[in-house]
Amino acid sequence: MSATVLSPLLRHVSGTWRRVLRLGTLGAVGQVFISLSGMPVRLDVREIIVPILSLGYLAVLAVPIVLGVLLGRRPEHQEFLEKSPNRRDLLLGATLGGLMGGGGLSVLALLLARFDLRDPLINWSPQLLEFLSFGRGVSFGFVIWLVIGGGLGLVGGTVRLASARTQRVIMTMALTVVGAAILESLLVDLVEGVGLEALVEWLYAPRGGLTLVGAAVLAFVSGLLSLLGQGRVKNFREKIQTMEGPRQTRVNLMLIAAVGVALIVLPLLVGKLTNELLANIGLFVLLALGLNIVVGLAGILDLGYVAFFAVGSYSTAVLTAATSPRIAPEFPWFFALIIVVFIAILVGLFIGAPVIRMRGDYLAIVTLGFGEIIRLLFLSDWLSGWFGGSQGITAIDGVDVFGLLTVDGTNPRRVFYLVLFFCAIAIYISWRLERSRLGRAWMAVREDEPVAEAMGINTVNVKLMAFVVGAVLGSFGGAIFVAKVGSVFPTSFLILVSIIILVVVIFGGMGNIFGVIAGAVVLIGVLGGPKQPGLLVEFSEFKLLIYGALLVWMMLARPEGLIPSARRSRELHQEEFLQDAWLTGQIDTDDTNDLHGGSRPPGSQA
Amino acid sequence: MTNSRPLLEMRSVNAHYGAVHALKDVDLAIYEGELVCLLGGNASGKSTTLKTLLGMLIPTSGDVLLDGEVVTERPISYRVRKGVTMVPENRRLFKRLSVKNNLELGAYLRKDTAQIAADMERVFELFPRVKERLSQKAGTLSGGEQQMVAIGRALMAGPRVLLMDEPSMGLAPALVQQNFELIKQIHQAGMTVFMVEQNANMALSIADRGWVLQTGRVVLDDSAENLLSHPDLRTSYLGGGDS
Repeated sequence: MSATVLSPLLRHVSGTWRRVLRLGTLGAVGQVFISLSGMPVRLDVREIIVPILSLGYLAVLAVPIVLGVLLGRRPEHQEFLEKSPNRRDLLLGATLGGLMGGGGLSVLALLLARFDLRDPLINWSPQLLEFLSFGRGVSFGFVIWLVIGGGLGLVGGTVRLASARTQRVIMTMALTVVGAAILESLLVDLVEGVGLEALVEWLYAPRGGLTLVGAAVLAFVSGLLSLLGQGRVKNFREKIQTMEGPRQTRVNLMLIAAVGVALIVLPLLVGKLTNELLANIGLFVLLALGLNIVVGLAGILDLGYVAFFAVGSYSTAVLTAATSPRIAPEFPWFFALIIVVFIAILVGLFIGAPVIRMRGDYLAIVTLGFGEIIRLLFLSDWLSGWFGGSQGITAIDGVDVFGLLTVDGTNPRRVFYLVLFFCAIAIYISWRLERSRLGRAWMAVREDEPVAEAMGINTVNVKLMAFVVGAVLGSFGGAIFVAKVGSVFPTSFLILVSIIILVVVIFGGMGNIFGVIAGAVVLIGVLGGPKQPGLLVEFSEFKLLIYGALLVWMMLARPEGLIPSARRSRELHQEEFLQDAWLTGQIDTDDTNDLHGGSRPPGSQA
Repeated sequence: MTNSRPLLEMRSVNAHYGAVHALKDVDLAIYEGELVCLLGGNASGKSTTLKTLLGMLIPTSGDVLLDGEVVTERPISYRVRKGVTMVPENRRLFKRLSVKNNLELGAYLRKDTAQIAADMERVFELFPRVKERLSQKAGTLSGGEQQMVAIGRALMAGPRVLLMDEPSMGLAPALVQQNFELIKQIHQAGMTVFMVEQNANMALSIADRGWVLQTGRVVLDDSAENLLSHPDLRTSYLGGGDS
């Protein structure tokens, strides 16, 4: 939008500077938006480095840095440009862009002091002015943001123009410091179990956040490690990839075993809260793996996946709880699970049968509808005799494991082990299915349904199977959820849950098991699930905003996800890939070569 | 040709798309070992015939017979299992899957692992280049190689008759030539081939017999040689509902 508004003004400005003005304006608008969303003030309480940087300031300071980095980029194929920008131009542009970005806040500070727009904009508050002016008056705020903006823009630009090596070192340092601050509760928890409290006290301030010294040392160490370790990881990976089959399998198995052991040991070292977080992550890994089969492998865009989660939860509740309103068989959890799986299969078939005859957009809309229908059924007066309506079912016992111990919400560590067990099952199922005949059929249907049909694949059955497998994994999630929280309410199964699981799958990398796991760890672990807090508890209010922004950015910049499946990546970058292959002579896109092989330019025979 | 019973046969088939009468009393008979073609302009009913033979479309009346058995209402999977396989128009490979996966998907309905492996070897013998590209994604192959994989994929089903939908569609002239060479090659290896084509000269140059379809009706039915010299060949095309 800004581009269209500005274009008449920018007509007389050359390309490079036009870009500066455009991005600078966008940055300024973005800054104001972030500020008025209330994020900076609310996140100010979370310290990153005491006393100089809080999460709130990080949120606004990131903008000029990003502007600087973007504007410091050298244009591609600059040798063809009439007037290519030199280093000085680029740095000046980066500074100017950062200045504009910071200037957004300067102007906002002035406006905040003069006008009161608190009525529509609830975050138009004195606290925001206080935040922007560092408590030293409007004029100080006005000037300081220009200075900070320009300065950080220059820094960003300088980093961008530095060598790739330097860039990587600086990135590692920044990520380590911010990461250590974000992971604070996890690290503190982890270290306290092993008796390294002194280290924690030195690294972190009492009220949270890294100490200045701690941050400096972390930055130094990580920078050093990054310098020394450069290329080692890549070499190691290449080494594994070039190994012959059986050896590679053995190394992979060893890696998997190591991760498994780490996951079994980790909960023993950490406390209740961290285990709770781990259990939440695991629950979403499970759900995301289920949805991944439907969306990632079979290519059915299911927006109502929460339905299966809900069915799993409610049927477990009814079958195990003494408090279940209509029938209360009080089955043991594991026995109930067998019945739950059958119910999930039935519901999967029931919902799937009408849905899979549709394609694309229509299918997505209908699944969205079914997701809501299931929730509304549980909420309805009609079925409240069975499921308790809006009162839900409460006081549900946990999982009794052979009379030895009980797994319930009071002991998150046990819940995590339960989740881990089912995740392992889900990973194994996904992994086997992907390589099976059925998995191939799913991919064929995803790629080209009519042709798949012509191969003799019963596309209806195959798609139903995807729905059913997804439903079963979703119901596992539901059963564990009930054991964990001890109650079910219709409000636990909003559309939002479907959307967040889908974002996890897309963010991590559709069709890739490890990607999906990584997506769940990053998103649920850091930002939190629909109701579950993540490591950045302060974010909970802005969770959806960030989820949305991440999704948009992801679709634009990296549509294949965090860890893409090689297949998806190729499909999304097909054109580039083909061009590269053509340029390097791996393929001949034009088959006339086959018949007119002799018509190559004479030079090529030399 | 020599066998008295046709391998694949259509007996006075009528087919409709809603109100449109797409096939009108069409009779076709394909004998074992033949290379035959069905010619016609746009909207003459060529693709409908092919769909009816494969089972993607159930005719309103008339019968489809496979080796003497009435299969009119049998699903696609049944016919594929019994030896009818299609090579779709424009190749339509699963572009983002590997060549190997594509071939494996061709044998989707088969369970005889050993025979499948042997058939894959046969495909490699026919098209050595396919073997080199086995782990490559099908979409990254050149047009000619994709054509080989498309035919290879169909052969993996262990067919008795191949139905080829417009093998020359959307291809550069040089590729069309190459493609017809491939068809000739598999025919000489003993495969029965039924192809649907717009490019009459090209198709008739390799076919034994042919039919010409015009607005859903068979208007010419003759040997390739006679069809090539037939004065009505061109006019029947131009009158074929082409708008």
